Amino acid sequence: MVQIENLVKRYGEIYAVNDISFTVNDGEIVGFLGPNGAGKSTTMNILTGYLSSTSGTVRIDGFDILDDATEAKKLIGYLPEQPPLYLDMTVAEYLNFVYELKKCSLNREKHITEVCDVTKISDVYKRIIGNLSKGYRQRVGIAQALIGNPKVIILDEPTIGLDPKQIIEIRNLIRMLGRDHTVILSTHILSEVQAVCDRIIIINKGRIVADERTEEIARVVEGKRRYVVKICGPQKEVLNALRTLDGITYVEMTADRELDSTGYLIESEQGADIRKPLFYMLSENKWPLIGIDAMGINLEEIFLSLVEKQDSLKGKRKRTQATASAAKEG
Amino acid sequence: MLAIYKKELRQYFTSPVGYVFVAAFLAISGFLFSMFTVQYAVAGDDYDLGTYYTVMMFVCSIIVPLLTMKTFSEERKLRTEQLLLTAPVGIGSMVAAKFMASYTVFAGTFLISCSNLFILYKYGEPAGGVLLGYTIGILLIGAAFVAIGTFVSSLTESQLTAAIGTIGILMLMLLVNFLNDYIDWTWVRLLTNWFSVYSRFINFTYGIFDYAAILYYASIVVIFLFLTVRIYEKRRWE
Repeated sequence: MVQIENLVKRYGEIYAVNDISFTVNDGEIVGFLGPNGAGKSTTMNILTGYLSSTSGTVRIDGFDILDDATEAKKLIGYLPEQPPLYLDMTVAEYLNFVYELKKCSLNREKHITEVCDVTKISDVYKRIIGNLSKGYRQRVGIAQALIGNPKVIILDEPTIGLDPKQIIEIRNLIRMLGRDHTVILSTHILSEVQAVCDRIIIINKGRIVADERTEEIARVVEGKRRYVVKICGPQKEVLNALRTLDGITYVEMTADRELDSTGYLIESEQGADIRKPLFYMLSENKWPLIGIDAMGINLEEIFLSLVEKQDSLKGKRKRTQATASAAKEG
Repeated sequence: MLAIYKKELRQYFTSPVGYVFVAAFLAISGFLFSMFTVQYAVAGDDYDLGTYYTVMMFVCSIIVPLLTMKTFSEERKLRTEQLLLTAPVGIGSMVAAKFMASYTVFAGTFLISCSNLFILYKYGEPAGGVLLGYTIGILLIGAAFVAIGTFVSSLTESQLTAAIGTIGILMLMLLVNFLNDYIDWTWVRLLTNWFSVYSRFINFTYGIFDYAAILYYASIVVIFLFLTVRIYEKRRWE
């Protein structure tokens, strides 16, 4: 549905987007993840035809965003980072304007009512946008992107500035949209992509550092397993026994203490399943295990390790280059 | 294109801008009209429409920028241009729609102010052809002014900068040939005369229907709207 090939955007000497290629399939929800300034918004602005790329191509359902701009743009609903709202219009005026602007052929009243229902803005339909709260404005922005029922919906940081309840609502909405639309959303909040997306593309400094299915992304990174266990028994002895157990690389007492139990954070070697040996060791010592919590590897860690990897790779390359040239000179 | 045209027109009259423009234009034109016709007549002189329209042209150079200052600057500041530029509408249509909307407000207001002329018909026998010449002249000058204002508005995010910049350019275009008295070189004078909005309008005040002038004003409209489109295309690529 969306094909991006060798996209480059250069501002003078600075590469905002540096050779990005990926394809988004029909009905996929793709999360575009990266720290601030990674090139997310620039990529989205190029995808939607707001900016032009320095080189590379973007095709939406086969239509080139530059050569067949009108056809390609008809297929896209876009919510930019700052919702493009006319603050002096009412929601009704605004959505009707967007409807005409996009040259929709759907039944106007029915379609706009549906969009308002889906985004839950029916109760502010007659109000002036300038008087609405941030959460409502964001939703009017999303409603705008949905007008015309475009095949591809591109949302730049759709949950920014919303309260937790609104964030959950918007995520549910995105998941629902994913059923019959292709959705590309950007965010720097990692739990968001985990909650919503089928696939994650991580970019840093204008380059893709990972492009994986959400459930597989953890496997890409050499992560260690972590558990929080609750054990009844003398703290020092338990601590020592845990430290000497094979496969455990790190133990730390946590502040979680009840009458006779203490919490411990343990980290296992890569690939080792320490749960069974842990159980046998504890039962031998007659220290009851009353709780075990696996801590999933969170995306923050994945992200940091990926980004660090990229940076250290670059560093290494530079260093080898430096030594090579030094050797030559020597 | 029609959607943007309608939106622009509506926005003029859901904010004070449109009303302020219409009110100021009608008040000033009404006052000037009475000054150059009724008051002259009271003093025993003949009425002088040439002066009225010439002064109105200067008035336009100051109040037309109020109409065009927010055309693009406001869209850019509020980031709403992202909506327009990612919609299935070409940049050319967007610029044309915005120009047409501003021009509609200008031309509509000016035509309302033409109701003043009925007084002349009631108490005298004005030459209809001359009046028509003036009217077309002002409508053409207005189109040129609106196009220039639209262009300047696309250069900045600030309405104030756009307004002052437009007034500056329009004033320069109106006054440039007054410098001719101080310029010895003929070719410079020819150039300033060619460039001057004022020298083109003079023929209309004599009641001459000047095709070259029509071409001149039309060219200004086309050139400045084209430049506006180029500004938007350039911004996409940089």
